[in-house]
Amino acid sequence: MALSLRSKLLFGLKRIQSVPVALYHENVLDHYENPRNVGNLDKKDKNVGTGLVGAPACGDVMKLQIRVDDDGKIIDAKFKTFGCGSAIASSSLATEWVKGKSLEQAGSIKNTDIAKELCLPPVKLHCSMLAEDAIKAALADYKKKQVPKN
Amino acid sequence: MNLSILRLGITNNFFRQTRISQSVLYCRYSSSGNQKLQQFNIRDEVPDGRPLYLDAQATTSLDPRVLDTMMPFLTNFYGNPHSRTHYYGWETETAVEKARSDIANLIGADPKEIIFTSGATESNNIAVKGVGRFYGAKKKHIITTQTEHKCVLDSCRALEGEGFKITYLPVDKSGLISLEALDKAITPETSLVSIMAVNNEIGVKQPMADIGKLCRSKKVFFHTDAAQAVGKIPLNVNDMNIDLMSISGHKIYGPKGIGAIYIRRRPRVRVEAIQSGGGQERGIRSGTLPAPLVVGLGRACEIAQKEMAYDHKRIEYLSKRLIDGIMGQLEHVVRNGDPETSYPGCVNLSFAFVEGESLLMALKDVALSSGSACTSASLEPSYVLRAIGTDEDLAHSSIRFGLGRFTTDEEVDYTIDKTVKHVSRLREMSPLWEMVQEGIDIKTIQWSQH
Repeated sequence: MALSLRSKLLFGLKRIQSVPVALYHENVLDHYENPRNVGNLDKKDKNVGTGLVGAPACGDVMKLQIRVDDDGKIIDAKFKTFGCGSAIASSSLATEWVKGKSLEQAGSIKNTDIAKELCLPPVKLHCSMLAEDAIKAALADYKKKQVPKN
Repeated sequence: MNLSILRLGITNNFFRQTRISQSVLYCRYSSSGNQKLQQFNIRDEVPDGRPLYLDAQATTSLDPRVLDTMMPFLTNFYGNPHSRTHYYGWETETAVEKARSDIANLIGADPKEIIFTSGATESNNIAVKGVGRFYGAKKKHIITTQTEHKCVLDSCRALEGEGFKITYLPVDKSGLISLEALDKAITPETSLVSIMAVNNEIGVKQPMADIGKLCRSKKVFFHTDAAQAVGKIPLNVNDMNIDLMSISGHKIYGPKGIGAIYIRRRPRVRVEAIQSGGGQERGIRSGTLPAPLVVGLGRACEIAQKEMAYDHKRIEYLSKRLIDGIMGQLEHVVRNGDPETSYPGCVNLSFAFVEGESLLMALKDVALSSGSACTSASLEPSYVLRAIGTDEDLAHSSIRFGLGRFTTDEEVDYTIDKTVKHVSRLREMSPLWEMVQEGIDIKTIQWSQH
């Protein structure tokens, strides 16, 4: 009797996950399982800034794109990421945060804020740094496009 | 009588429950596999029950027949096998000796040559450090390979600290060592060659017989870590000239916490014991034998010997089904390790442009392992994949599928469906995949190393 009860407890649990998922904080899982703003913006568009950071050999590559309106406000952001769950979550969060911000505000987003929001463990902190770099690279690309060519 | 009913109840119940939860899983998801609702959202895919198990290289489930054999020794037959003065000791000792000869039979050895240990890690320690130190006064050189298990490599490193010279042989693209390189590496100083039989990450089988012959002709002892090979491929210590062999219980459907080491008696191999104590197991491994575990290991070996041909054929079939299923539907998938010389139950695939750990997270209802760095504490990808020359980006993309005795066709099919679906999804999210579709060669790009 006691045994069958125990096996019911063992097998009847609703949501059991394999190890790597179980080790993540809920906020990472939320962004990983339902990533926001995956996709592309036209990188040839003058109002679009594209940042591509990381390296395949390191296991992380992020592409983050922003579309800026005439008032200098970021009206859209998209990302694509090759990397672990934390890298995908960091870039997804980054696109959410830059939307609606001015260029200056977006440039002031810190990797520590991203890491804090996602509760990243020390071994995954480089994912949040990469996300900050991606934002900075996208902003730099946009600003470069605004300089009139001679 | 009561006991046997209880015993049957446990094993039957256990099996029924697992089977049912797996088949329910399969039915539920195969029907909705192709729906493209909210392309990137997988939050609502929450399976009931436990993930299905496809990690046979990490450990295997206990065969219910093994549990049946162990059960009396966990209850009524609790004697210490080393007690010589009463019946309790004698009956346990008889069972332990039966287990010893079952293990010996499986590898063609004499029962007196089998020493019980806590597992393959301890066996490897005894073999490498034990032989190294015993002959250390005259011979201070040991040869091993770059793709060995961590416990062999770490034992070698410990000996390096004691003044030994270690040669780490490289492997070629298929994962095999070169016999010529081994031949050249052996010097009069060499006491031991330690080369694993089947690799735990890529499943590559080393040419045991050839290595054994070479070592014997040079009068060097040959140790093999056969944790992944015993009971799965035919091994004979005399035909293959193996002098020491490490065996693990839980990789062959036996209990965890038990293993054995074969140590040849003729010509005699001597080892320095690592553990001091009451001198059990010919003084090589002191400590009271865990009789229930020993009996379990013996039974697991007996079953493995009887069913090796059948299991191998079946796992070969499942392996082909898995590889064909995945490769037939996905491009840019690379199998790590030479398929010709690999154990079929270990399938290591790299899915280009998808990071391994993110794929594991998506395959949350399949229990798998990855060679990707991100699943471990370090950021370096697998040293085995690096040793066979896998590109670093592909090493980050590798997943190991481990098929075993209890893997079903349905589980394999379910895994194929899920893998294909999630690799496609993650590729749609991958900037590298996008570049490849645009015809950009990723290798020509100057990446900013982070």
